[in-house]
Amino acid sequence: MPTKTFLEAIRDTLSDEMARDERVFILGEDVGKTGGVFRAPEGLQEKFGAARVIDTPLAELAIIGVAIGAAAVGLHPIAEIQFADFIFPAFDQIVSEAAKMRYRTNGAWTCPMVIRTPYGGGIHGGLYHSQSIEAYFCHAPGLKVVAPSTPADAKGLLAAAVRDPDPVLFLEHKKLYRSIKGDVPDGDFVLPIGRAEVNRVGSDVTALAYGAMLHETLAAAEELALENIEIEVVDLRTLQPLDRETILASVRKTGKVCVIHEDTKTMGLGAELAALITEEAFLDLDAPIRRVTGPDLPGIPFNEVGEHTFLPNAQKIADALRKLAAY
Amino acid sequence: MSEPDPIALYRVMFLARMLDERIWQLNRQGRAHFAVPAAGHEGVAGYAFALDPARDYLVPHYRDLPALLHFGVTPRDVFCNLFAKANDPNSAGRQMFAHWSDATHHLLSLSSPQPNHVPHAVGIALASKIRGDNAVTWTGFGDGSSSKGDIHESMNFAAIHKLPVIFCCENNGYAISVPQDMQMAVQNVADRAAGYGMPGAVAQGRDPLEVFEVARQAIDRARRGDGPSFIEIKVYRFMPHTSNDDDKRYRSREELDAERANDPVALFRERIVKEKTWDASRDDALKQELQAQIYDALAFAEASPAPTAAEAFTNVYAMGGDK
Ligand SMILES: Cc1ncc(C[n+]2csc(CCOP(=O)(O)OP(=O)(O)O)c2C)c(N)n1
Repeated sequence: MPTKTFLEAIRDTLSDEMARDERVFILGEDVGKTGGVFRAPEGLQEKFGAARVIDTPLAELAIIGVAIGAAAVGLHPIAEIQFADFIFPAFDQIVSEAAKMRYRTNGAWTCPMVIRTPYGGGIHGGLYHSQSIEAYFCHAPGLKVVAPSTPADAKGLLAAAVRDPDPVLFLEHKKLYRSIKGDVPDGDFVLPIGRAEVNRVGSDVTALAYGAMLHETLAAAEELALENIEIEVVDLRTLQPLDRETILASVRKTGKVCVIHEDTKTMGLGAELAALITEEAFLDLDAPIRRVTGPDLPGIPFNEVGEHTFLPNAQKIADALRKLAAY
Repeated sequence: MSEPDPIALYRVMFLARMLDERIWQLNRQGRAHFAVPAAGHEGVAGYAFALDPARDYLVPHYRDLPALLHFGVTPRDVFCNLFAKANDPNSAGRQMFAHWSDATHHLLSLSSPQPNHVPHAVGIALASKIRGDNAVTWTGFGDGSSSKGDIHESMNFAAIHKLPVIFCCENNGYAISVPQDMQMAVQNVADRAAGYGMPGAVAQGRDPLEVFEVARQAIDRARRGDGPSFIEIKVYRFMPHTSNDDDKRYRSREELDAERANDPVALFRERIVKEKTWDASRDDALKQELQAQIYDALAFAEASPAPTAAEAFTNVYAMGGDK
């Protein structure tokens, strides 16, 4: 199994999927000659031609709206939104159109398309190059939301997203692109959307995380293991639809839950997970559900102190998990 | 495309008008929740005759029933949609009336937010260019909707890639109650086309043959690979915006009466009578035939089952993916 960065896994999967299926094409800003500002589709225009790797104008509504039309008549667009912070001009197209197309036509028209976008902070991106956007989009039934945290998952889930008959928002934490490396299976490798994974087995506390926070959580679990506190780390991987079975099975085992996300707290994914767990596994709980999240601020400050203050990290997560274990 | 058969053209315009009147009555009787009149817009049917329903795509304005009747939509489809029945081909009773869709007729689904569907037409045209299927896509929207950025982004994108798509603005002078001079500072919406690097043309909607001719030129151009065009069709809406609107609040009865002199259905009837392709007795016979068709469709739709509660949960995701 070759070792690849998160970014390489994505780039290679884009290439593999385009080679596998000529209906697949890419559109977005700077995806052609430059190969995307983060270089995910680098070299693909050279390989597949300008008709299948299309540089678009700076117009997110059109990027998504055009992809919807092309998907409806049988192509499989992969739309790239350069930064997740700039997806909002297309919010209406994603939520009112792509997510509703199958439902509103009772299956007569569909939207098999992927929207890839780099999200998240910790890269000195300030308010508008750092946001986590998942909570807005997990509230739109009809849309799937995927957020891998490892290179192998990035490959398997991106391949699944491209082949999915429904629209998939594929969130790539930009801090992982070059900092995370891992073994990636060769050949055709597809993971099911909608399945979480128990990344580390433990018996004391269940930690639910995804994206960059998965790695911070694993580091926290590592530290706590030295104190004989065993954390079970569940990588959610798909945020909509949630893998209720895997989540609830872990909660039933440990009886204590901490949800970790970088996105702001109020009405975030942690709120939904806490509600789900209290509805389904209340009697299995031995402690209140805790959340370690970004604070309720309008954005992540550019200055280093502000950015550090905003972001959860292994230390903050370990503190919360330690308290939960002792509860 | 050769000249349309004037009788076929008159037939869809007349049928659309009769359907419109019946739908309004049903709403006033409390038998239909929502009506979206097309009366006054019938001349737009001309564009449908310039398209090839076998291969071309339609992402129309919601007032385009007259054109859709030529694309294969039937009165039964219309009433099943009106009554939100399970067999409504547009949405299986999920969407409000006139949110047209029919995959079997290359008619892509419309939502309510306007004009969200316009970039979809550009996407279909992009697919046509990538696949080389030689199809043309027609999309329509109102003058009011032309203020929203969707139009700008769509026209710009289509022009860059020389896509085979026609943008058609049906300008009836109002966005619900807001008159044109409060929506834009130009006389013709089509004037904007030059700013996108595409031709813009104006057609008078009271004359379906003029609409046909302007549409034909744009469609030929698109089919040749020369790119998109913008067409503005000047029309007047004879009825309130929808069944929930009171148009007396914003336009005078004098204005309305004056505009009724330009009724596209009456004018076209006069014209074909004058040209001796039509006469009063044939008109009566057609009226009876269409009336019978409407009765049949109405009875069919009324007898059709409503969707079940369980059906509300299907097709959220592909089969097996439903939660
Ligand atoms: C984004 C959005 N804003 C507001 C509305 C409510 N609305 C529905 S139709 C309409 C007026 C549209 O006028 P126009 O585009 O000129 O079309 P017409 O109805 O006159 O044919 C408005 C304001 C809407 N459907 N979508």
